[in-house]
Amino acid sequence: MGIRFILMVNKQGQTRLAQYYEYLTLEERRALEGEIVRKCLARTEQQCSFVEHRNYKIVYRRYASLFFLVGVDNDENELAILEFIHLLVETMDRHFGNVCELDIMFHLEKAHFMLEEMVMNGCIVETSKSNILTPIQLMEKSS
Amino acid sequence: MAGSSIMETLFQRTLEDLIKGMRLQLIGESVFISKALEEIRREIKSTDLHTKSIALQKLTYLNSLHAVDMSWAAFHAVECMSSSRFAEKRIGYVAASQSFNESTPVLLLITNQLRKDLTSVNEYEASLALECLAKIGTVDLARDLTPEIFTLLSSSKVFVRKKSIGVTMRVFEKYPDAVRVCFKRLVENLESSDPQSLSATVGVFCELAAKDPRSYLPLAPEFYRILVDSRNNWVLIKVLKIFAKLAPLEPRLAKKVTEPICEHMRRTGAKSLMFECVRTVVESLSVYESAVKLAVAKIRELLLEDDPNLKYLGLHALSIVAPKHLWAVLENKEVVIKSLSDEDANIKLESLRLVMAMVSESSIVEICRVLVNYALKSDPEFCNEILGSILSTCARNFYEIVMDFEWYVSLLGEMSRTPHCQKGEEIESQLIDVGMRVRDARPELVRVARSLLIDPALLGNPFLNRILSAAAWVSGEYVEYSLNPFELAEALIQPRASLLPASIRAVYLQSIFKILIFCVNSYLSQTETLADWEPKVLDSISDLASVRAPIEGECEEAFNPRVLGQPSADNSIEDIGNVDDGDGQTSKFVSFSKNGFTRESIANLLNLVEVAIRPLSRSLEVEILERACNILGLIEVLKREMPAVFQNEKVLEKEELEVLKLIKLMNDAFSEELGPVSVSAQERVPIPDGLVLKDNLADLDEIMGDVKLPSASSFSLESPYYGHRMDPASSNVQSNEDSEASNESMSLLAEHRKRHGLYYLPSEGNGTISNDYPPANDLKSVDTNQDDTEDFVKLTAQSLVSKKKPNYAKPRPVVVKLDEGESVPVVPKKQDSRDDLLSGAVRDILLGDDAEKLSSSIKGKEKVNMDPLDSKENMHDMENSHHRKTTSRRSKQQPHRKERGRTSLEKLGKEKEEHGGKVKSKSSHRHGRQKSRQKAEGSSDVIAQTPVIPDFLL
Repeated sequence: MGIRFILMVNKQGQTRLAQYYEYLTLEERRALEGEIVRKCLARTEQQCSFVEHRNYKIVYRRYASLFFLVGVDNDENELAILEFIHLLVETMDRHFGNVCELDIMFHLEKAHFMLEEMVMNGCIVETSKSNILTPIQLMEKSS
Repeated sequence: MAGSSIMETLFQRTLEDLIKGMRLQLIGESVFISKALEEIRREIKSTDLHTKSIALQKLTYLNSLHAVDMSWAAFHAVECMSSSRFAEKRIGYVAASQSFNESTPVLLLITNQLRKDLTSVNEYEASLALECLAKIGTVDLARDLTPEIFTLLSSSKVFVRKKSIGVTMRVFEKYPDAVRVCFKRLVENLESSDPQSLSATVGVFCELAAKDPRSYLPLAPEFYRILVDSRNNWVLIKVLKIFAKLAPLEPRLAKKVTEPICEHMRRTGAKSLMFECVRTVVESLSVYESAVKLAVAKIRELLLEDDPNLKYLGLHALSIVAPKHLWAVLENKEVVIKSLSDEDANIKLESLRLVMAMVSESSIVEICRVLVNYALKSDPEFCNEILGSILSTCARNFYEIVMDFEWYVSLLGEMSRTPHCQKGEEIESQLIDVGMRVRDARPELVRVARSLLIDPALLGNPFLNRILSAAAWVSGEYVEYSLNPFELAEALIQPRASLLPASIRAVYLQSIFKILIFCVNSYLSQTETLADWEPKVLDSISDLASVRAPIEGECEEAFNPRVLGQPSADNSIEDIGNVDDGDGQTSKFVSFSKNGFTRESIANLLNLVEVAIRPLSRSLEVEILERACNILGLIEVLKREMPAVFQNEKVLEKEELEVLKLIKLMNDAFSEELGPVSVSAQERVPIPDGLVLKDNLADLDEIMGDVKLPSASSFSLESPYYGHRMDPASSNVQSNEDSEASNESMSLLAEHRKRHGLYYLPSEGNGTISNDYPPANDLKSVDTNQDDTEDFVKLTAQSLVSKKKPNYAKPRPVVVKLDEGESVPVVPKKQDSRDDLLSGAVRDILLGDDAEKLSSSIKGKEKVNMDPLDSKENMHDMENSHHRKTTSRRSKQQPHRKERGRTSLEKLGKEKEEHGGKVKSKSSHRHGRQKSRQKAEGSSDVIAQTPVIPDFLL
């Protein structure tokens, strides 16, 4: 499993989206998020976006007030994950139009939906924006 | 009831209301959440599925972002999953995949629901079920739903197919037998023209190959095609990862893929793909010089970028390359060194690793000097990273890289004084280890220990405690190298030493004890010697008389200490570092200046120590208490038995001789050298016949309850670090017995040893029936059976010196190594049994009867023809039969049964060459294969036949 979890955290350290691809108990999740937030949010723009943590690494990227943090296995391609984060943001941008933190807060299930289309069992399975968005648009139309 | 339900539905807060409320709440988040939870608990019980689903959705939200427990709502999730409305079903599925785990009881209830949805005509429902299965799939679910997954793997709807591909990984992992059903369909998808399925399939194979690459070698042709044809960077990266795993297993494959990978590296504009190519080359293809050169050039490009990400990755790639191609690092030396001062800790760390990789015997002094200076300036965390890497690099393989131990020992001292130093434990063990292994380093070691002990400022720093403990041990153990033992003793009894924890104070006390013994012994034996040799000149000495020459006279205050056994008067100019050949006596030299062992100085020392130690005799810590009492006991004995020392009287008492003997005995005990103990020492003790070691001896306690066991210390092996030998001699002091008893116990002990010689290390006790236990590796006994080890060590040390550094200023001192015993035993890694099952199944499929269909001629709609190989067949057989099968892919008439063949390496090599030459054109390779097939057929019933290894890429 390449990707272990995807987190979106705002700069106050509040989790806005959390998607895990392996089962963790609530306590483990809370501890993990706390550690990661402490580790990553303190870093400056001039520092690299890869942080080794426990036995895996975190690739993160900041967009405005929101940090996108992806926990991956050690042999995962860091740059590809950065591209993946960017793709995710672009996809959300296309859907919401100028996406911001509030969009994700209020449409969490849509953000999850997009992630589900993109990542399956920790593997990136879909990288085309229109393919990712088709089911969501269909669902919106039907409701 | 119905009414309330309608009311609930009408007035239920939606998820959006909840989020808004959360943002506007003034009552505190936790209060708000618990209120919302109350509401949810009420709503979720509603019979109306819509109300229930909204409540569940809110709960899922709270669980995901605010870590609210939702395991209690598992059943409600199952209810929502079974809803006919997609929105509600989805909420149920999301809740289930988020909160269910192996131990969720209702998991048993969802199998049918999942099956129903997997077979649904609505592809979105099927996709929901697939996603859920990918996350929570258990063994049971995987087993029960394998047929449905199998059907979906060839679904005409890409949307469902790609997800079913994604789910196979979970299914295989949980239920390896599913491989037999689904694997072929999965492989078919590698051929798929649809980019989405292809991408998903490659992702799955990438994960599978990471666990057990060998099983997937037969698929190399398919991967190769993708590597050459695909234009999708995501797919290419995954395929590269697969090849990184496969290439080391099959050299011909490596050769074949090198060129396309280099091509991608040159051409691509995507940094991620370029970096993956670089990583594949440096990890798995590092034997191909040209490819490595290209990769290093690309790494250099990355290093020169301003982007910290690329720089970090460049350094990271360099550190992978470093062990095999150090030139790559040396070429980029400036960048690496400059990165040490980067503002990013990760980059600094990577460059530190690279700097340490560049260290060699000639550069180590310089590099360490730079790094230690740098550590002084950097933040605590990085400072300790630096210190840690210096310590581990220098200690590697018994200080292989260190030529000058005096330098290294003083470096250890310097590192201890680095303000942020937290490497106490490492420095502690190295100080002691160097002391035990490198005899020539001891004088410097004592000097370093002295300077550490004497500094009162260090005592307050808890991180340095361990170092001080080592310094105290060193100063006690090697006190004979000290320029001024009195100073050491004073340092050890300084008042601030009370800041130390009890365990370390105990070490301090033991060292004081050793120093006292050493001083008194030196004093006594020197007067004795003087009296022996120059009775007329020194007739003013009164204290102690030797048996032969009782002498009267005044004590001379400023008196020249003599080196024992060297009667000539000019010995005072002897080199400090000189070490006597040692006939058991320890006082090899003493400094001749102000601190001679005069009667007065000894008396002073004893008084000083007594005053300092006295309060400790009431300590609550037993270790301290015991050792303090030992010291006080010794001082008392000395005071009583040799009042001359204290009262300056000209008395000659017979007891003094006894004291002399006693002190000598103790001194001898302490001057016995401690050596490093091999980790496998215990194992080398042969177990005598009839000795049952695994019996439970618990009931022995009752039987032997009142029998006094001999004190444990008398036959325990010396601990390599704190060798506080509580031998009989020292315990005698405590009990104030005279030396008669000590001799008695010594002889008892010797007796005991003789009788039970069987239980001691066989390498020892060669003739020298000492009363004390020889250390595991006794330096002095060169002519015992250890000498060949010794010689070997010397020899290697010499050859090292002469080969690598022919004109090094001084020869590298001998570092004591124990033979094979000291290498850390490597426990063979055991594979997870599940993985074993999985790869076994994959092998069965790939190498089994339908292997011949795996080449490009796979026909999609064929029914699975399962005839798995006999599971009892071992790997070797499978390999062999597989080789034959793949070579004879096109000759289906050949029956494949177990043909046991022996691999003849020579022939194999030839085979390879043959293939190598024939891969140029398609026609010729076909020819080659034909040929090898013929070979295989022709010799199929010969026992020692050559297994034909197919070129997987043909």
